[in-house]
This record gives sequence, structure tokens and C-alpha cells, in this order.
Amino acid sequence: MGMTMTQKILARSSGHDNVTPGMLISAKVDMVLGNDITAPVAIKEFEKAGVDRVFDKEKIALVPDHFTPNKDIKSAQQVKLMREFAKKMEISNFFEIGQMGIEHALLPELGLVTAGDLVIGADSHTCTYGALGAFSTGVGSTDMAAAMVTGEVWLKVPEAIKFTLTGKPSEWVSGKDIILHIIGLIGVDGALYKSMEFTGDGLEFLTMDDRFTIANMAIEAGAKNGIFEVDNETMQYIQGHSTKHYEVFKPDEDAHYVDEINIELSKIKPTVAFPSLPENTKTIDEIEDIPIDQVVIGSCTNGRIGDMRIAAKILAGKKVNDNVRCIIIPATQKIWKQCMHEGLFDIFIDAGCAVSTPTCGPCLGGHMGILAEGERAVSTTNRNFVGRMGHVNSEVYLASPAVAAASAITGKISSPESVML
Amino acid sequence: MNYIGKVLKYGDNIDTDVIIPARYLNISDYKELAKHCMEDIDPSFVSRVKKGDIIVGGQNFGCGSSREHAPITIKESGISCVVAKSFARIFYRNSINIGLPIIECPECVEDANEGDKLEIDLENGTIFNYSNEKTYKIMPFPKFIQNIINSGGLMEHIKTQ
Repeated sequence: MGMTMTQKILARSSGHDNVTPGMLISAKVDMVLGNDITAPVAIKEFEKAGVDRVFDKEKIALVPDHFTPNKDIKSAQQVKLMREFAKKMEISNFFEIGQMGIEHALLPELGLVTAGDLVIGADSHTCTYGALGAFSTGVGSTDMAAAMVTGEVWLKVPEAIKFTLTGKPSEWVSGKDIILHIIGLIGVDGALYKSMEFTGDGLEFLTMDDRFTIANMAIEAGAKNGIFEVDNETMQYIQGHSTKHYEVFKPDEDAHYVDEINIELSKIKPTVAFPSLPENTKTIDEIEDIPIDQVVIGSCTNGRIGDMRIAAKILAGKKVNDNVRCIIIPATQKIWKQCMHEGLFDIFIDAGCAVSTPTCGPCLGGHMGILAEGERAVSTTNRNFVGRMGHVNSEVYLASPAVAAASAITGKISSPESVML
Repeated sequence: MNYIGKVLKYGDNIDTDVIIPARYLNISDYKELAKHCMEDIDPSFVSRVKKGDIIVGGQNFGCGSSREHAPITIKESGISCVVAKSFARIFYRNSINIGLPIIECPECVEDANEGDKLEIDLENGTIFNYSNEKTYKIMPFPKFIQNIINSGGLMEHIKTQ
């Protein structure tokens, strides 16, 4: 039987000629990732194993990005533990404040992950790198610890769902709207344990930033991973960012999919996920007046340069509504610098936005923009669970940077078109 | 080994943010973390839970963030087992890796009510509900996973390799 892209990478990394769904394998990892929440737990577990070295100093990345710059003493202790571990183990990919960015924007930007890689990360959004044609999945801290010792991870070979994207999205529709549309369609467990494999002629209209956003939220449909077929756009990105060896895997003609779903990109409208699940989606034209208190534009989902440019296009020459705090967080130092050189910060600051150094902060209710009781946020992040960004009675509406920026101007959930007359 | 306890029942899509909110993730003491278990969905959980109790959840239990603090907090709070219709995959592997028994059994979940007494027999693959006196069959774990559980978690398991 033929194999999917995911199955081919898993076969290669586990030393099998062929793998089939349901097989339990032990696979070699090309990169192991952890952050300031998950790595400290992993380090504790690592130390229990009684070994004095990691399997490969170059294949571990430690990114303190969640509660950083350290929001309090406890967080500072956690990062200190990571820093000391990195030094002791001579791990080269530890990213201190000043070089640090949000992990899933940073690793592709630095070329540390590439096509054909098998990546695990103790962070659920590790699935982001599937945009590059990698197999990439979130795991827990103990998995991270075990992989730091052995260089391997146990995995169950997933079944696959094929998403064929066709046509061209309309002007204000981006990767975020596409993935929210898909999650609305299949539900938060619609791809449980499965791989989501993206292909089709619509790919040519999706930038790498769009694809990172889509792969990033595969976990919000319960998927093990999301993976894109590699094309010219991917190759250009890889050649511009990475010197690592890469490998392109195409699906076999007779690869088996448990479901095949066609997505007509031209029919997708700007989409918003209502509290408290990413599957509670509505298109922008179905939404009545919902006043908001805060807008966040950033995160591993939507903090890339393409996202910043869209937000700036909408905010240019306009003012943030008096009732709204608008917080903009470029995901990495490089993106920050690009924003600065392109004059995007002038636009943001003149509009009345606050611009932050890279951090995951508000997305998980950590810091840098926590919601009070009864407050509502439109956020370009990935989760709108109960209490996710603050008080248990606050609300999060997930949207694209375009919708978020438009909403910041009007003070209610709004379509980009409504402010771009 | 059998697990006997009373049911604390929850619905579908219980995410790891409500199991242990991120605002507590800078805490490294697991006993301290356990004081906040389920806080955002059931503030009375901590005062009600007794050692050995069993959480019963619906579909996609443990979805969202990969934080291993979620199964750790559940285990530390005294819960002996989690039974659900289905589990989110990272929560599933985290539970196996830290030695928290988790069981998929949609029929048992459907019938169980808050406060019911359950007895789970992993060896023979059954759950008995004392309230309705029904016995439910459960699928055994694959051997690969059973070996991890028998070793007492993933780190102990790799030491034996």
C-alpha cells in the first residue's frame, strides 16, 4: 500500500521500508524543542535518568518564550534552570532574551527545521513546521526528556485526512480564516490522532506565513500533525533560511486517506471562532455587534511579518477605538526589526497600539495583556478556551490579523472591508 | 491492581487550560499545583476529591496545550484513573509516560453519574459500576504501551533498554 507524506517520513526515521497506520514505532528525531514551561519539567525527568550528556547538542532547542521576559520570580527561576542546563550540556540552541523569539516562528526563521525533518516539541503548536514539509508534533515534557537522552521518540503511525485546497482566496482571507473554516467544519476532534495533509492547486496562492498559520492550528482539530506538500514557495523559503540537509517527500498515488475533503478557497469568508472552542466559527457577515475591550495581534499563529503588514495596512492613518487596548507582538527579533525598517511601528504607534518585545504572554493568560472579568478580546492567537487569556468569565474571539486590526478601530468585531472603504 | 473510587463527572473537550490554568505553570512544586486542579471548570473539585476517585470525561479529554502539568496535577490531587469517551493525543501519551492510568470506554461514560462508585480492573480489562451493577469491557493497552506502564513510566522504561 502507498504511503502519505507523514508515513514516508516516519518510515524513514524508524528504519522501516513501509509503515501502516496503527503501527507503534520508535523514530529518530532531528530536533527536540522545549520552552520555559515544559523544559523545566523535562530537565527534572532528564536528571532522573542518571546520564551526563544529551544525545546531540545541536539537535535540542530551548526557547524561553512563554513567561518571558520573566514576569515574576518563579518564572525567572524556571528560566534560570533552563539556562544552567543548556550551559552544562553545551546546548547551542538556547535563545536568551534579545535573540529569543516565539519558538515556532523562530526555529523556521533560523533554518533549524526543514523539509523531511522529524521534529518533536514539548509544546502543542510544534505542528507548525509541517508547513515546511516536515513531520512535526507536540509531545509532553517526559517525551522531551526521553528524546534528549536517546534521540528517539515512540509514535503511533497516524491515519491521514487529505485536504485539497483549490482556487484563490479573496482579498481579506488569509491562512487563519482557512484553518478556522476547516476546524469549524470538522470540529476540535475532527482529526483526532490523524495527520492533516494539505495539497492542491490553491497552495500557490498561500504564502509561507499562511501555511505556518494553517499547520500551527492542526492541533486545534486534534491532529497529530499537519503537513504541506513542498512546492516552489517552500523551496525558496528553505533555501533562504536553512543550510541543513533537506528531503522532499511526495505522497504515493495510492496512499490511503480515511477522508478526503475539498476546500474551495474562493468561497471562504473572514472567519471568527467564538468562545470557548476554536470550532465555534462564524463568518464575518453572520456576526452582529459585539463590543470588545482588547485586541492582540501576535503569537506563534499570527506574529509573522506577513501578519504585521496586513495589520499595518488596515491601521494606517486610523486610530484604535477609545474603548480598546490594541497590543501588537512581532514574534521574533528579526520580524521586529523588519517592522521597524518598514515603518510599521510608526503606523501602529500613531494609531494608538502598544508594541511588545516577542513573547507568548497574553495568548495563554501569562502576562502582557490579561483580561478582567467580563472583558472580551479579539485575538490572532490559537485558543479561546474558558479563562485562556485571563479571568474565567472573560471571552476570546479568534480571528485573522485583518479582522483583529479592523475590530481595534471600530471597537467591535468587524470585517476588514468595513474600515477600508 | 484494581482502582476503586467515586466518579467526578465532566463533559466533552475538557482542555488542559481548565485542568491547570497557565497562571500556575510557573509553580514547580506538584503538591502546590494540585491545589488548583480543575479550578476554572469546577472550583469545588479540590475540596471534594478523595484519594482513589475517578474522573469521568466525555470526548477529546485533555485537548489543547501539551502541558504535562495537567496529568501530573490530576494524579497529584489523588485521582487514580481517568475514564473518557476519547482522549486528546498529547494528554494520552503524557498520562502513559507519567504512569496515570487512562481508559477509553464510551459506554461506561454514557452510563456513569456523578458520585457513582466504579471498580477498574486493568488486568482483566473491566470496569464495574456499583450503582447500576453493570460491567464494561475495556480494550487492553498495546504491548508496547503496557511495557511503559509496567516499568513505571517512560523514563524508567528507557533505563531498562
